[in-house]
Amino acid sequence: MPKFELSTKYKAIVIGGSAGSFQPITQILAALPKEFPVPLFLCLHRLKHVRHGFVEALSIKSNKDVIEPADKESIRKDKVYLAPANYHMALELGHFISLSTEELINNSRPSIDITFESAAYAYRDKVIGILLSGANKDGAAGMEAIHAKNGMTIVQDPSKSVINAMPNAALARTKVDYILSVEEIIEFLLELDKKYRI
Amino acid sequence: MGDIEITELRKLTEFIKQEFDYDFKNYAMSSFRRRIQRVLDLYKMDSVDELIRLLAKQEFFFEEFISEVTVNVTEMFRDPTFWRVLREHIIPNILLNHNKISIWHAGCSSGEEIISMMIMLDEMGVADKAKIVATDVDKAIIERAKKATYPLKNMEVNRKNYLRYQGKYTLERYYKESGSEAIINPSLLENVSYRKHDLVQGSVFSKFDLVLCRNVMIYFNQTLQNDVLHKLHESLFKYGYLVIGSKESLIWCDIAHKFIVVNNEEKIYKKIKD
Repeated sequence: MPKFELSTKYKAIVIGGSAGSFQPITQILAALPKEFPVPLFLCLHRLKHVRHGFVEALSIKSNKDVIEPADKESIRKDKVYLAPANYHMALELGHFISLSTEELINNSRPSIDITFESAAYAYRDKVIGILLSGANKDGAAGMEAIHAKNGMTIVQDPSKSVINAMPNAALARTKVDYILSVEEIIEFLLELDKKYRI
Repeated sequence: MGDIEITELRKLTEFIKQEFDYDFKNYAMSSFRRRIQRVLDLYKMDSVDELIRLLAKQEFFFEEFISEVTVNVTEMFRDPTFWRVLREHIIPNILLNHNKISIWHAGCSSGEEIISMMIMLDEMGVADKAKIVATDVDKAIIERAKKATYPLKNMEVNRKNYLRYQGKYTLERYYKESGSEAIINPSLLENVSYRKHDLVQGSVFSKFDLVLCRNVMIYFNQTLQNDVLHKLHESLFKYGYLVIGSKESLIWCDIAHKFIVVNNEEKIYKKIKD
């Protein structure tokens, strides 16, 4: 029996992380091939006044282009989109991204809940949500929204997360399809990649 | 929590257009939907229909509704590096050819940007040359901007921004504490005139050397962004400057070629064609 239930229906992979997620994110980006078939949207808690350096740091090991989108930028599947500092990032119907300066949510801007919930609204069951290490509960409501639309939910194994509050908050709030280590998340994404190529 | 459907949002925007003559039709979808959800949560309503019924029944509720739907989150010296560029390049450039400088804050919200502007101009010693107009669609928020009184807890972010901006003094110089509030020195804002103005449906009312419209059009869809840019363009003198939010873009607007990029990082544009 295959380890993961895979499908080629997915249009968006949203990844949320906070404290302790930088390492796993760079590992994931380093492992994905340039032609990975689904766009990635990263919502990572970051210092609001540091506008530079984060994209560059993530790009070093990534085979894919990592960019901070402008408001209303069209989505291209060969890109990795990083939520800019001090903006919320949402996915919209019609394959584009919108940004906003609304209130902090869960003390965060960008907020993972906004990215995840908007992805669930725009892409319904065609979303994979991955929640990594972090110290608060941002992302839990977003994972619930993805699950409610029959999207796929994955959390980093709390026992293997640097800080497990965020994965645990999601586990407490909603059904999670897979609890995986970073290595298994990478395995999952590479299996998915293969599936699209068949 | 059930999702608000697009058909419900359409019904609401049509109702508001008809009853109150505000046009939300071309607001950006996901943020508008979140704003409406926020209003429903705030007033413990279950559906958009219920909201429409309340708006129909209680006219005074509409102003409250406008305040909750429009986004009024801002900071003094938001994007400190932008303010440095304004101080070091843009303002001196305008004053090279002009004795006076006219500035429009389009979508001034609770006034933090105006205060930043006046502090900057004051420290440059050119505050008396400036004529400032500040507008917003939300009447209540204009009153708050005029009052220029902020929760003390907000001042920490503002002070940090001011430090990064590298102002001449400390931000404390410009306000006094009263209980849990910071009251901005009123003399700072003497040259500012405030008025209610709707960027969506309002007409062009004057011309300026510098227009700031940062993180306002972000709440509009591209059709509306394009319309509003036409108005901003018309509101600028030739060779005047337009500033938008650091992650906004003009490139897909049909009159983008009537501007040149002065600073791409800080999203400062110059009108070069009428």
